[in-house]
Amino acid sequence: MTEPLGWVFIIAGVIFNVLGCLGLVRFPDLYNRMQAATKSVTLGTCGILFGIFLQTGFSALGIKALVAVLFVVINLPVASHALSRGSLINGVKLWKKTIKDEFTEDRGGASIIDTEDPE
Amino acid sequence: MRAGRVIFYWLGAMAVWLLLTWTVHWQSLVVGALVTLIAALAFGQQLPVMPLRLFNPRRWFWLLVYIPVFAWQCFKANLDVAMRVLSPGLQLRPGIVRMKTSLKTDIARTFLANSITLTPGTMTVEIKEDVLYIHWIDVQSEDPEKAARIIKGPFEKLLARIFD
Repeated sequence: MTEPLGWVFIIAGVIFNVLGCLGLVRFPDLYNRMQAATKSVTLGTCGILFGIFLQTGFSALGIKALVAVLFVVINLPVASHALSRGSLINGVKLWKKTIKDEFTEDRGGASIIDTEDPE
Repeated sequence: MRAGRVIFYWLGAMAVWLLLTWTVHWQSLVVGALVTLIAALAFGQQLPVMPLRLFNPRRWFWLLVYIPVFAWQCFKANLDVAMRVLSPGLQLRPGIVRMKTSLKTDIARTFLANSITLTPGTMTVEIKEDVLYIHWIDVQSEDPEKAARIIKGPFEKLLARIFD
């Protein structure tokens, strides 16, 4: 019973990972890309790991997969937070259609919203 | 309280070690106890949780409520990203907005920031004291209070019950 269910989780995880990579290519600037990458990769990778747990059950491998799910969920948002914060402080441009940037406003720096199309 | 934190860290690290090795062979246990003791002595002081708070069952209950809520929001976030990625003309209205939180402890704020990052269209880029800066892929409201309500969703109340 659990083995086909495991395959469902693994396949769904792979699909979400693929969509995340597509977002990485299609989205216009670093910050939007980071959003796509973080969310899809978290759920995709957790899906794959959870699928492995369902297939192997409470074995050495399955438990390791479960522990890895916990670490991925805690650490991926932190990594994306650190990367995007560093980019903002170092002035990586926001997309030209960005509505507002209260972070740079509060820091008192010059606007880093892009004025022309990067392409 | 210092020794309490170290001991608590030691037990927690030992539990993770047992889960990762998944054996009770005595050699593995001895090595695990030594390694986790060194880790606990080195990092135990930085443990962000008060060990005493862990024995309050009400917090555990709300943690159990939090997990399915979080999983559902995370799933919705992915459908949201999928829709945006697959839609032909990119429907994005991004912006960075500021938001206040009423959570007091660092660990609660960390979890709020993480939860926000994994929910639809929002990503925390900076925390300063009780102000969070959030990159929002589709700014639905420019009014700060309404925006904060949309961004926080159900998380702030739950996290206040778990950690504060």
